[in-house]
Amino acid sequence: MSNPLADMDKPDVIFCIGTNMTECHPVAATRLKKALARGAKMIVADPRKIGLAEIADVHLPIRVGSDVSLLLAMAHVIAREGLVNEEFVGARTAHGEDFLKHVEQYTPEWAAEICECDPADIEKAALLYGGADRGAIYYTVGITEHICGVDNVQSLCNLALMTGNLGREGTGVNPMRGQNNIQGAGDAGALPNNYPGFQKVTVPAHQEKFREAYGREVDLEIGMTKVTALDLCGDGIHAMIIDGENTLVTDPDRHHCEHALKSLDCLVVIDIFMTETAKVADVVFPATAWAETDGVCTNTERRVQRLRAAVPPPGEAKPDWWILSQLAQRMGWDGFDFGSAREVFNELCALSPIYAGLDWDRIDQGEYQWPVPEEGHPGTPRLHEERFENGRGIFKMLEYRDPEETISDEYPMWLTTGRRLPQYHTRTQTGRSDGIDYLLSEETLEVHPDDLARLGLEDGGWAEMSNPRGCLHVKVRATGKSPKGTVFASFAFEDVPVNVLTGGGYDPVTQTAALKACPVALKPVGQPPALGQVGSGIELGRS
Amino acid sequence: MMKRNGTPATNGARLTMTLDGEKVAFTRGETVYEVAERHRKEIPTLCYDPRLEPFGGCRLCVVELEGARNPVASCTTEAQPGMVVRTRSAALEVQRRILMEMVASENRDTDVDPMHGYASQEMADLLDRYDARSGRFEGAHSGTSRPDDDNPFIKRDYENCISCYRCVRVCAEQEGDYAISVMNRGFDTQITTEFGGLLKDSACTFCGQCIQTCPTGALGDLKALANREVPGETETTRTICPYCGVGCSVDVMTRGEKIVGVLPAMDGPANEGSLCVKGQFAFDFVHHPDRLSTPFVRDDDSGKLRPASWDEALDRAAGKLRKVVKEHGRRSVYGIASGRAPHEAAYMMQRFIRAGLGTNHIDNCSRA
Repeated sequence: MSNPLADMDKPDVIFCIGTNMTECHPVAATRLKKALARGAKMIVADPRKIGLAEIADVHLPIRVGSDVSLLLAMAHVIAREGLVNEEFVGARTAHGEDFLKHVEQYTPEWAAEICECDPADIEKAALLYGGADRGAIYYTVGITEHICGVDNVQSLCNLALMTGNLGREGTGVNPMRGQNNIQGAGDAGALPNNYPGFQKVTVPAHQEKFREAYGREVDLEIGMTKVTALDLCGDGIHAMIIDGENTLVTDPDRHHCEHALKSLDCLVVIDIFMTETAKVADVVFPATAWAETDGVCTNTERRVQRLRAAVPPPGEAKPDWWILSQLAQRMGWDGFDFGSAREVFNELCALSPIYAGLDWDRIDQGEYQWPVPEEGHPGTPRLHEERFENGRGIFKMLEYRDPEETISDEYPMWLTTGRRLPQYHTRTQTGRSDGIDYLLSEETLEVHPDDLARLGLEDGGWAEMSNPRGCLHVKVRATGKSPKGTVFASFAFEDVPVNVLTGGGYDPVTQTAALKACPVALKPVGQPPALGQVGSGIELGRS
Repeated sequence: MMKRNGTPATNGARLTMTLDGEKVAFTRGETVYEVAERHRKEIPTLCYDPRLEPFGGCRLCVVELEGARNPVASCTTEAQPGMVVRTRSAALEVQRRILMEMVASENRDTDVDPMHGYASQEMADLLDRYDARSGRFEGAHSGTSRPDDDNPFIKRDYENCISCYRCVRVCAEQEGDYAISVMNRGFDTQITTEFGGLLKDSACTFCGQCIQTCPTGALGDLKALANREVPGETETTRTICPYCGVGCSVDVMTRGEKIVGVLPAMDGPANEGSLCVKGQFAFDFVHHPDRLSTPFVRDDDSGKLRPASWDEALDRAAGKLRKVVKEHGRRSVYGIASGRAPHEAAYMMQRFIRAGLGTNHIDNCSRA
């Protein structure tokens, strides 16, 4: 996030897009609700009538994957109505004039044809955000998990730049990160293009720094992404070490993924449970879990916080860092003789400019938000206050692109996926916590009542959902939460493995999977598959 | 009245009032209660939660204000320049004691297990402080419990309710859920959902905030209470919730080697005391029998995974990795770090790949 969580009750106008915050980041959503109680207005762009949409002033039920068209049209209206922050654009941005010219062609009427919203609502949303003294944008993977994920994010940046809604209290472009330490995994350098602290691997000075730190020659080119690596399993990639990820279930196109992992000569998995992914490994190492592990995590607002062990682990489970450092020593490598999480974290701080002012003891109370460039620095709750990292904020001239796969006569429905409040991800944790199943014990496909009738489905009955990648059976629920033409399911339950269907391409820049837009066909089926059989959807789905 | 936090003092003049004979400064918008709290006056309250709008319901926080005919509730009285306030006097102590005796008389139990929740001992503590367990107002009770609510998280024992409305207010003001409200008045007062149904059928999200603010144990954490017989003293450890990226601070309650519950950290920088259903209640996966407690290797004969020692598993993994490197080169090994494990895990994974193999074939799970 560009701004701290504490800013979330301060905007005049909140713009949430592709974020189901009341279910996926409930505590952050409470801050937005406080802003609303104080009189703030809220725009919500989401295909579904999610919880946030229920309390929004404007809900834009855009068709999945059409975000860029909506955002271009909003920019058009803001420019047309003279709501551009000329001072900010002049002083702190580049290519502003080109951008204002670029968006002249993108009227709300043009966008409405693509995003299937009322042009008057697009107009209204643009006037609200454009007219705000403090306008704040919040998004989640509903923005990034598309073939145009980067375009989506840059479209949001364009809106914030043209209205000067950056670098001030209650403003910003704020991604809500979905996992407790997904920010930290990037911070720590688990990226093919960056060393720790987002130091690019292609910069000679960085290469020199890590050559010296690690005492060996380093590759000068960026590595491949996980997506490419999975594509190349058995053909260039022959071994994988996977830590704490149920790749088989969470990644798109499950059959492809299963095939990839089985093509490896060696798969090593580190996890706390025998996940579907662990089951196909050659070696599985037992890791310590939350509340058993001392360590550090970084939250969505870049706050670096301590994790503390409260209980001993079961049996012989060990911290991930210990497992990997022991494995490195067995490989015969020097320099992996670490004795504690503190030693590991302090080495990371020493090598990372954004953590340079931090160490294990200094983060004890969790008051620092990175960057913390030197000792004594108070941290940076709000980014871009005085200047942008690269000098000026650059407008991007973007155009709308269709998803890689679009609906057809054969596959006439959009499937979009996500999470639900009580269950987290593939239920490896919430499914093993007493009581959570009382709130949600099975997956149901959310279908608009009109679609239900049209497709001959019954509320509470079963449907076969398919596309060329696979098929599965799922119980159907009629709800106005889904717009006509779009159905929704979470990926939480193993008997409804929606990722046998997803997989319609990747963003060309980040290679983020397009998990949010996937054409499918639906037809009624009489008998449900046997419940409780692990992977029953898979067996049924071999098509 | 509305609190106006942080409103700057007019003209920069220093605002002062007299508190128990001492001249003290305050900022405009502060309540008398807040000023007194800063000076550690320990004014008793039951309906007060610092995160909520002042309510003025329990009347325990009354103070003597010069010029006022009767004692005033300090939580709803804004500090004014020149005010003269006494937080303690013989008369106030008598009044507070009687109030506590009356409050306690409404309830079936005056003492509840601390596992009920964060604030559950507040009433019992005040009964001790004011020596108010006389029982002389014994009589009618208020509130009807809901043992029919079969939810596994929130105990609804309204026979121990004192109508402080903290649960209703935290649900509305802190959570914005408005799942519960107050029905009727006097001894008939009842905390209820719409149409008096189960929490499951209301707007309740089971965040547990009502439990944690309840000062009597009328609401209780059923998951923690299920562990009330676990032997040992309850200890707490401050850590961060294991679910989404908000990074809520929690205090994990343990007895011996067992996690017995979770308390929200009121001073957590990201959450300021809030939690959701997962952070509050989904903690016991840690002790699930499915947890891996030993390494596994794939058996050469059966082709199945079987338990192994660390030595065997580490040698097996290293041997296989070395073979792959030998046959296909160092660029044929790929590392995927977790977004769920701490920094040290991700850092060590990238160190393994970069320092061990010299490649950049490392990623984390953020692309899907």
